[in-house]
Parts: sequence; structure tokens; C-alpha cells
Amino acid sequence: MSSTILISGGTLPDGKKSDLLIKDGKIAEVSSKISAEGARIIDASKSVLLPGLVDLHTHLREPGKEDAETVESGSQAGVKGGFTVLSAMANTSPVADTAGVVEQVYRLGQSTGLLDVFPIGAVTRGLEGEHLAEIGAMADSVARVRVFSDDGHCVFDPLVMRRALEYVKKFNGVIAQHAQEPRLTQGSQMNEGIVSSQLGLKGWPAIAEEAIIARDVLLADHVQARLHICHLTTAGGVEIIRWAKARGIKVTAEVTPHHLLLTDELARSYDPVFKVNPPLRTEADVMALREALADGTIDIVATDHAPHPAETKECEWQEASFGMLGLETALSIVNKTMVETGLINWATVAERMSYAPARIGLYENHGQELKVGAPAHIAVMDPTSLFRVDRDLVASRSRNTPFHGMELPGQIVATIFNGEVVFEGGRS
Amino acid sequence: MRHLLSISDLSKVEALQILDTAEELARVSDGPMKKLPTLRGRTIVNLFAEDSTRTRISFEAAAKRLSADVINFSAKGSSVSKGESLKDTAQTLQAMGADAVIIRHSASGAAQRLADSQWMTGSVVNAGDGTHEHPSQALLDAFTIRRHLAHGGDDLTGLHVAIVGDVLHSRVARSNVLLLTKLGAQVTLVAPPTLLPVGVESWPVKVSYDFDSVIESVDAVMMLRIQMERMTELFFPNAREYSRYFGLNKDRLKKMKPTAIVMHPGPMNRGLEITADSADSARSVILEQVTNGVSVRMAILYLLLAGSQEIGASE
Repeated sequence: MSSTILISGGTLPDGKKSDLLIKDGKIAEVSSKISAEGARIIDASKSVLLPGLVDLHTHLREPGKEDAETVESGSQAGVKGGFTVLSAMANTSPVADTAGVVEQVYRLGQSTGLLDVFPIGAVTRGLEGEHLAEIGAMADSVARVRVFSDDGHCVFDPLVMRRALEYVKKFNGVIAQHAQEPRLTQGSQMNEGIVSSQLGLKGWPAIAEEAIIARDVLLADHVQARLHICHLTTAGGVEIIRWAKARGIKVTAEVTPHHLLLTDELARSYDPVFKVNPPLRTEADVMALREALADGTIDIVATDHAPHPAETKECEWQEASFGMLGLETALSIVNKTMVETGLINWATVAERMSYAPARIGLYENHGQELKVGAPAHIAVMDPTSLFRVDRDLVASRSRNTPFHGMELPGQIVATIFNGEVVFEGGRS
Repeated sequence: MRHLLSISDLSKVEALQILDTAEELARVSDGPMKKLPTLRGRTIVNLFAEDSTRTRISFEAAAKRLSADVINFSAKGSSVSKGESLKDTAQTLQAMGADAVIIRHSASGAAQRLADSQWMTGSVVNAGDGTHEHPSQALLDAFTIRRHLAHGGDDLTGLHVAIVGDVLHSRVARSNVLLLTKLGAQVTLVAPPTLLPVGVESWPVKVSYDFDSVIESVDAVMMLRIQMERMTELFFPNAREYSRYFGLNKDRLKKMKPTAIVMHPGPMNRGLEITADSADSARSVILEQVTNGVSVRMAILYLLLAGSQEIGASE
């Protein structure tokens, strides 16, 4: 079933123009003029070629919330965005806190076959923050879980967090923390600041994120374990990560596309499509996050793709669910906020959206340079073609994109996974 | 003007137009024939998804004096308390042909959601949304202050108003800060630091933690209702301490300017934010606020629904 594909005239992340031949699921040749009889040809003359994108933070909602998303629909949204790996968060129903659930999600990904779905295991049983989930069994399962997170909930108890950090050292796992001090954020609706004071919406202060990050980098240092901070949103959080890295602490951090672009001013509409956790912050935070992503203080971009059914967003702000779609627009937003602004080049995009997340998640077969012999996971993107985001045309089962109506630069021309074209633009 | 959602949507001219219209309507209300035919045949829905007897009956009285048909749709015993969504409720009211919906809701922004959505086409009047705004209350407060203290002036220039108490959770405070400053008054917020929002430094007001240092210079003092559950949420230690520092009592009353007035949006907690003798003193205009509320709400409904019709004209 394996095809021969010739990607012609594309620009590699390092800026060199090259043809690229794919055979038997691997990159067979990279050179300036390849001719291949009978090969399927993808015209990449206006495009950059990136290693298949790796998302370390995706909510696929299956099992339990199939009205919002399934592994299949999420996979379709993923390949439309250039991803070849999604990391399925554990807050499903039932929670992914046993080998049985992570194996189910993993197998659903395999049978869909568009990309690799690697489940993230819960840190604590039922995400309740009290007892460790079956971490060892999930690690040993066919899903080979290496990333553990109670995302949506902070692992707040410092003893539980310490034990989890220590326990996953056995297989070089990592704890991905949703940093949110629960007492300081009871009932919180949006960033605490000028806008919340005017809107009368309960504030989610930056300090509630920063206090947990500070505690956890110290814990990670103490037990010499790997810590990953999910969706960093504040300038203060950036400072703490920068300090921790300078001390040699094994911490990594992610930023979402929406936190690189949107601010809390959008809450003035009271439209819950802009309600997300952690919340949209200020312009100053956005600028600090961009700078930190450019200088490597923030290691990766992760989508926190969070589909929700219409009725949980077509309501009052305080009744609405937290979360936004992200997979289909992530690379375009990174293009807009980081590349077009001159903060990073495409080689750094490859690092932040493919190599680094694959390293953090220990996804061995992914996040590799586009060289002969490497597995053929490739995103072909035309960075100059503009498109208008339309929530009615998304591949996701849900429509809660905050970018609806916005014109973004950069469309995926094709996504190749294991040497097969799993998405081709202009046809969907 | 199509909706009244927030004071920030009103220009100074529009705000003054509401107050002036309310003055005219108040003169009608003082006459023998209280009722005007202006809104005959129009349907106004009071959608009260949160308890509020006084605001609801004030709007109801206002609508009835303009001859509108009024439907009361209150939380208790209605579908709202059975978990029906705001969207479904709005579409139901639309299907029934409501010309205007007056909404009271516990969620900040609920009125704006209703107005911005495609769920209904009628006018929306915000009768208090969560801890956001309560514009008709601010308009009646400004109306009351202007009657007592503006000395025939158009606006509130030169007046100093203190708003005292739980600013953090008060929609009355947010609307009044916007309106009173728009009309030229100087506003000082007086509260314990716990009951002021982070971000208050961006508001066009002065802030004081010391009621006694403010009381002598104010022309009007507006006391906010303090809810007992704020104590369990650690905003202040106990009722006695709150009253001592932030309550209006006889001693503070004595320090006020001779002409200064005492206001409260109601319902009062007598003995907590205001002592009985303060509430019942000659300075108190609290009942006038209630009376003026009807005139101001008539003016709002009139301007939203009757357009350029002259007051008193029949169809």
C-alpha cells in the first residue's frame, strides 16, 4: 500500500530549496532535482516543509464526550493543521487513569490511522488530586504513556506532586502541570485586572499560576525530576521558568497559539468563545510569551485544543465551559505572531512545534529532521496564502474557534504521515 | 437608543435626555391622570432570573403607566429555574412577540448576550446583571442627586459623591461611577481594600479606606448593601467591625455638610451598613429614590419604544 511521493520545489526549515522523495514510509532522497516516474507529485514551490507537527496537549473528548469530538474527528482536525502526533489529555469519561482507558484511546488512534495519538495518563485517580493513578501500568501498556497530567485540575497537594514527580523517574516520564492555585481561583472567570474590574467577572489572578510554577520548579529541583508546565500565560511565569532553567532545573514549558495572539480585552463581548482556562491575559503578557518562545524559555507550542458542544458556549459567560479549538489554526497563528514578526524562522518553528515536543513526550518515531532515512511525517505549508477562519468549515465536531472571521496567513498544502498523504489542501 | 445595557453605551447628551424626559414624566405622574397611552399594544416582558421584587415592580409600574402590556417571567416557578437556557427563554419570548425584555440576571453580561445574539429582536433593558451594571439604578440616583443638589444646573458638575461599601460585587457602584463622572461629579469610593476590585486604579475615581476622612466633603453619600456571606468569604472579620469603619451612623451623619444627602439602593441591612436613625433621618432620600425610579424607568421605556412620539400623544 505504500506510495511514492515527490514533494517538489519546497523550502526546508533551514531555508534551502529542495525536492524530497518519499518511499516505503521514509524519506528516500533529499536533493535539488529528483525525477521519479509514477510518483504522486505535490507542488511545494510556494511552501515550507516542516517535520510533522507534534501536539503535546489535545483534548479529544473520547471516551465520554463524543458529541464534542472523537479520536477520529480530532485526528482529521489535526492533519488539517499539519500535525502527525496528538497527545490526548486524560480528562475523559472515564478518566484515563488506567491502562484500559489509555489503550482504548491509543487503539482508536491507530485504527483511525491519520496520525499517531499518544494518550496522556492522569496523575491522580479520577483527577481528584489525592491518590496516584495507575502510572506504572499505563507506562507499561501498549500506549507506552510517558506524559502524565491532571490537566483541567492542578495537582495542588504538594506531597502528591512530589511523589508523582519522583515516581515517573522510573521510566523517565514527565509530569505536565496545569498550574492553578485553586483557592485563589474559586469561581474565576477571566484574567484579574482592569477589564475584569469593569466587567464584573471574577478574576483569575496571574499569581495563581505563578505560585504553583514557583513551587513546582523547586520540587522538581529537589527530587531531580522532569516537570513540564502546561499553557504558560503570564509574564511572571516566564520569569520563573527563565530563572529555573538558568539553575539547571529540568523544566519545560508550553504556550498555546491563542495566548500568543488574543488578550482579555475580548471578554468585553461577553462571548464565551473567548472563555478559556488559563484565561486570555494582557497585551504585556502576550509580548512576554512571544519573546520567551523566541529565546527558548518556552520550549514548545501546544494547542490545548478543547472542543465543546454549542450549548455550552451559547449561554451566559459564567455558565459557559472553558476552552477553544486550536489544531486547525495553530501553525497559521505561529506564522502570524512569530514568523511574520521576525521573532523566529522556520527552523525554530520546527524545533518548537515538532522536535522539542517529541523530545519531551519521548515520541521516538517523531520530531526528526527531514533527512534521508527519517520517517516521512511532513507538514507542507504555504505561509503566504491567506484564509478566513470559518467555524462552519472546521474538521472538528465542535465550532468553538475564537478565530472565526479572522484572516490568517498560511494554509496547509499537505500533511504526510508514515509516507502517506493524510491531508491535502484545497479539497476539504 | 435600541437597548440599555451599560452606562458606557450612553453619551452625556443621551443620559441627560433620559433625566429630562423623566422630569417631564414625573410631572404627569404627579397629576390626576397617571396613565399615558404611549405604549398601548406593546408587550414588555420582565425576565427576572434572579430575585428582585423592588426593581421588578418599579419597571412594571413604569410600563403600566405607559399602557404597555406587561408579562412577568420570574425565576421561581418558571423554566429558568428548571435549567432552560437563556437562549431558549429568549427565543420563546421572541416567538410570543415581546417588544422589549427587561432582564435581571445573576450572570454578568447576560443582558449584552441577549442583545448581541440572534435569539430575539426586541429591545433589551439591563435591570442588573451579576456584578456588572445596573444602569436604571444609576440613572435614578443621578436624577435624585440632580433634583436635590444641582440648583437648576443641567449636570452634576462640582458635586462630590461617596460610594461606600462592597464595590467589588456591586453593579450599582459600577453604573454609578460611569454615570456620575460622565455628568461631571467627583466620585470617591470608600471600602475596605478587600472589597475593591483589582484594576480599580483604572477607574475615574478617588479611592479611600477611611470613611471619616471623606464624609465631611461629600454632597451625597451612597451606601451599598453588604451581604452577610461576605464575612464567610473573608472580606472582613465581622459585622461589628464593618459597621464601625464603613457604616453610616449618627456621628458620621453629624459631620456631613448641611445640604448633603443620604442614599441607598435598597434593600437595606439596617444596623449593618446604615443605622436606623441614618436611614430615617431628614437627610435620607431613600424613599424618593424609589419614587424617582418609576419616572426614570418610564423615560427609559419611552425613549426605547416610543421613538420621537411626544409625551402624552395618543395613537
